[in-house]
Amino acid sequence: MEALQSEKINIKTTLDPYKYRPDFPILSQKVHDNTLVYFDNAATTQKPIQVIESINQYYRISNANVHRAIHLLGERATNGYEEARVRAARFINAESERQIVFTRGTTESINLVANSWGRKFLEPGDEIILTEMEHHSNLIPWQLLTHQMGAKLRFIPFKADGTLDFPVFEQILSNKTKLVAVIHMSNVFGTINPIKRIIRMAHDRGVPVLLDAAQSVPHLPIDVQNLDCDFLAFSGHKMLGPTGIGALYAKVRLLENMDPYQGGGEMISSVWLENATWNEIPHKFEAGTPNIAGAFGFKAAMDYLDNIGMQKITLYEQAITTYALDKMMEIDGMIIYGSAPERGGAISFNLGNIHPHDLAHYLDQQGIAVRAGHHCAQTVMRKLNIAATTRASFYFYNTFEEVDYFVEQLKSAVAFFNF
Amino acid sequence: MKDEFRELYQEIILEHNRSPRNYRKMDDCTHVLEGRNPLCGDHYIIYLKVKDDIIEDVSFEGSGCAISKASASVMSTTIKGKSLAEANEYFEIFHKLVTGEADADAYFEKAGKIAAFSGVSEFPVRVKCASLAWHTMHNALENKADKVSTE
Ligand SMILES: Cc1ncc(COP(=O)(O)O)c(C=O)c1O
Repeated sequence: MEALQSEKINIKTTLDPYKYRPDFPILSQKVHDNTLVYFDNAATTQKPIQVIESINQYYRISNANVHRAIHLLGERATNGYEEARVRAARFINAESERQIVFTRGTTESINLVANSWGRKFLEPGDEIILTEMEHHSNLIPWQLLTHQMGAKLRFIPFKADGTLDFPVFEQILSNKTKLVAVIHMSNVFGTINPIKRIIRMAHDRGVPVLLDAAQSVPHLPIDVQNLDCDFLAFSGHKMLGPTGIGALYAKVRLLENMDPYQGGGEMISSVWLENATWNEIPHKFEAGTPNIAGAFGFKAAMDYLDNIGMQKITLYEQAITTYALDKMMEIDGMIIYGSAPERGGAISFNLGNIHPHDLAHYLDQQGIAVRAGHHCAQTVMRKLNIAATTRASFYFYNTFEEVDYFVEQLKSAVAFFNF
Repeated sequence: MKDEFRELYQEIILEHNRSPRNYRKMDDCTHVLEGRNPLCGDHYIIYLKVKDDIIEDVSFEGSGCAISKASASVMSTTIKGKSLAEANEYFEIFHKLVTGEADADAYFEKAGKIAAFSGVSEFPVRVKCASLAWHTMHNALENKADKVSTE
């Protein structure tokens, strides 16, 4: 098995998924009498024992509230929580941990910017540019905001191959534009958008850029200083961490000028009956008791990923994605949505007339977990003129053998549904 | 493959999905209603022509998974030509079969092709798919909301 595996990776990567799989207890189970093949990593990833243990250990030996206790447990909890912040800053190469606000995830990070930055700085007639391939989490917060502020949304369309239409971007970028908010890697097409080019064009006009990095931070090495993005939102659960924790990165100047997000404990400096002053960044944006256990787990997840090396993960995922695409395209009736040259490991497809819902149910019976539906991107589906797709999405612990099995089961699904 | 899964996608269902009956728009309908399952994007429009308490014609349009489409097709053939009271009775039988409240044997005489959907009861997540067209038809006849959702 392992010899076969290494034969198939005839590229300059040395990542061996079989080395990491034993760390993921969930992967060794059977579902419907078949070994689980987990291909729904764009929705959420599985957790290694290191992450599970770090949460367990936190509750066993360090549990206390943060930033407010003088006792030993309070110190451990606070230290661990703040170490996670430093870790997150280092993971994306931020200059300072002051630039990391812990949130529930990408969705909350974006809502935070829409509320704390948008409501303060947006004026009637202003425009925000998004793409037509946004996840609902980078669309709805801006709809809410612009409707409220009398501002307007503009969109960079995507082309048939799932890449962005730059000439249109050039046209709509104007002195009315106050923000460009774009998905870094598409959860539908897998497209990795040319973010540096977008940022350069926006910055030429002094417009800040927010990246929905929910799918990119888990799979690509990210360096926010090099990218020079102004805001970056990501989720812990899509990168081996627990649910309910994620982060917003932002430039210091922006964070300092933004209003608080929610009010409560921890985000204040001095409080009187009629008013208050705010805590320093990033605490100004973290009202109430945060997800401390989540931060411990998130830190362990980033440790795990950096131990492997993000570069290595990217290369391996590109190899397995190319392999899967080639094999899938050999199947009669296969339609794959998106063929960008720069892409990650999320593959959306339709197979003949088999409805994604039926196909996903069939694959589940064979032990394969994939996603069927609109992938929180109804506007993308509408433009493609389809109701849904099936999506397979990989992580570094997926193997070439799993891809072989998946492709075999796709073929047997065609026979089963007999179309 | 588990037997329950084959039972779910038995031949009648696959066949009705491939060649749905009464799949067309109806211009002279007396009742029309759109039903949606927002979770998976299934949506159907059900058309009914009712005269003197009899359902003279039924048709549907839309798209969705095999279970939902076959169910709409079988629903249309089942209630066509029946009285409103009978259609209601079939609706009740169908509901009991897919939720596992009763098995097909209990309605052997009456159920006909509906019996093919009793396999759905083994898969709670698919009950919504199977029920969409039936609920939409039922609500159309009762003049309930102009949109039905099985969510
Ligand atoms: C591109 C993209 N953006 C945003 C999100 C939302 O992430 P979360 O649900 O963790 O807030 C997701 C995940 O579903 C995603 O794929």
